[in-house]
Amino acid sequence: MEARKEKERGVRIKTKREERKKDWKKSLKRDKYLIIMILPVIIYYLVFCYFPMTGLWMAFTQYRIGSGLKGLYLSEFVGLKWFQQFFSSVYVWRLVRNTFLLSFYSLIFGFPIPILFAVAVTQVKRKGLQKTIQVSTYLPYFISTVVVCGMINNFLSPSGGIINQLLNKIGIDSINFLSLPEWFRSIYVISGSWQSFGFNSIIFVAAIMGISPDLYEAMRVDGANKRQVIWHLILPGIRPTIILLLIMTLGSMMSVGFEKVYLLYNSAVYETADVIQTYVYRQGIQSNNYSYAAAVGFFNSIVNFTIVFFANRLSRKITDTSIW
Amino acid sequence: MLKGIKNKAAGDMIFDAVIAFFLLFAVVVCVYPFLYVVSVSVSSGEAVNKGLVTLLPVDLNFEALKSVLAYKQLWTSYGNTIFYTVVGTVFNIVFTCLAAYPLSRKTFCFRKQMNFLLAFTMYFSGGLIPIYIVVTNLGLYNSRWSMILPVLVSAYNVMICRSAFESISEELFEEAKLEGANDILIMTRIAIPLIRPTLAVLTLYYAVARYNDFFNAMLYISDKKLEPLQLFLRRILL
Repeated sequence: MEARKEKERGVRIKTKREERKKDWKKSLKRDKYLIIMILPVIIYYLVFCYFPMTGLWMAFTQYRIGSGLKGLYLSEFVGLKWFQQFFSSVYVWRLVRNTFLLSFYSLIFGFPIPILFAVAVTQVKRKGLQKTIQVSTYLPYFISTVVVCGMINNFLSPSGGIINQLLNKIGIDSINFLSLPEWFRSIYVISGSWQSFGFNSIIFVAAIMGISPDLYEAMRVDGANKRQVIWHLILPGIRPTIILLLIMTLGSMMSVGFEKVYLLYNSAVYETADVIQTYVYRQGIQSNNYSYAAAVGFFNSIVNFTIVFFANRLSRKITDTSIW
Repeated sequence: MLKGIKNKAAGDMIFDAVIAFFLLFAVVVCVYPFLYVVSVSVSSGEAVNKGLVTLLPVDLNFEALKSVLAYKQLWTSYGNTIFYTVVGTVFNIVFTCLAAYPLSRKTFCFRKQMNFLLAFTMYFSGGLIPIYIVVTNLGLYNSRWSMILPVLVSAYNVMICRSAFESISEELFEEAKLEGANDILIMTRIAIPLIRPTLAVLTLYYAVARYNDFFNAMLYISDKKLEPLQLFLRRILL
């Protein structure tokens, strides 16, 4: 009796497995065109994203120039040498601080402006005027970092830059903004907000437009003034959007835009300007300390990943929306 | 009662004035720098040095523009940038669709795995050095492909494209399947035309990114014949 049952169960499991195999074959056959489609994409991701990830092994080895791709795996193992070297270097605190502060100030300063602007621009009732204002603020967003930095250089130049001309007119001596460490963060944050506030406001404008007109009408009838409408209707209405974007921005806290720092800084302002990524670039590409630079980059990637992970957890808890 | 209404109207007027001022400031701040740069470029050097140019050109002259346009490298770089932008964007869009369409099919057998494969790259990357070593060792250093292949797909844009495909009614797909169309036909003939607005936005995103790409060029291009505009601009601007 028992044996028969066992046997029966065995048969059942076997058929189930076969069925599943058959299912797989069937779905493979059904999806063959989808698989053909996505295959080039997979190859891209494996070669240009996952292969370099496994290449992070080099952060634990002594990679030598010219040892090619094999060198990523087969170089001499040195353990945590590069990490120890980084954490005991005099730069580690400066790099972490600068990376954090540049993104922190960008967030504090740069995050509210698009919201304020979106609220203000939606108060304009003439559609044509509203669109014109909006579009003119997109302008800086589409300019390349190189050109923006060129303009910053030009405007802040101590000899004839327009800002210093203004200062001279009100009796202040020219300031060489770009070679004074105390100015770098302000320049970086203000120019960054300038470049992106118009474009970033799009999503808030859309959210405000999504608030039902009936609600405005009801508040008007109740005798609310404009300030009250904004405070009690518009801001609560776009709160989910604000929280979601805030969390997404938090996720990119430790990934400062490399290009702008690289194009604006010089050795005179390293104290406040040098960030992890520019350090990795200088150490790796310019000084050929590949393994050391890879280790520093690895540290940065891990920090980033941790931040995004927790930002995502937070998002799922608060807003029920998460990125994965 | 009447007084209340008057107060309210006065309050609203002040409020409107504040908003108008704020918006005016925003527009001036965004537009003025560009006007200023254009004016400076067509003013005489003397006037610029004296600080006479504030908004409109002074002593209209085109010497500065002429000397820039006389650079041969400018035209080479411009040509390269157009090439990188056009070819790069086409590759970007094709690969984005190739990734997004299968991921949007609910029944696709590798859907979960592929989604993870893409999403993970949004959170973790090998970092600059390993990517640099891989790209240069694949022989892409000083090759036009180095401006196209390392930035072939953006996972973020794939997600946008995927949700556009997902918003198409399922019945359309089923009908097409019954008619005997395969997935490639369905994608190119039915799905892509239906999400044209989304594709237009993605094309804009990609094209701006390719046109402005400075980082990859700095890493992988040293040959002046292949140099894009951004590298050239950096040399003369900074």
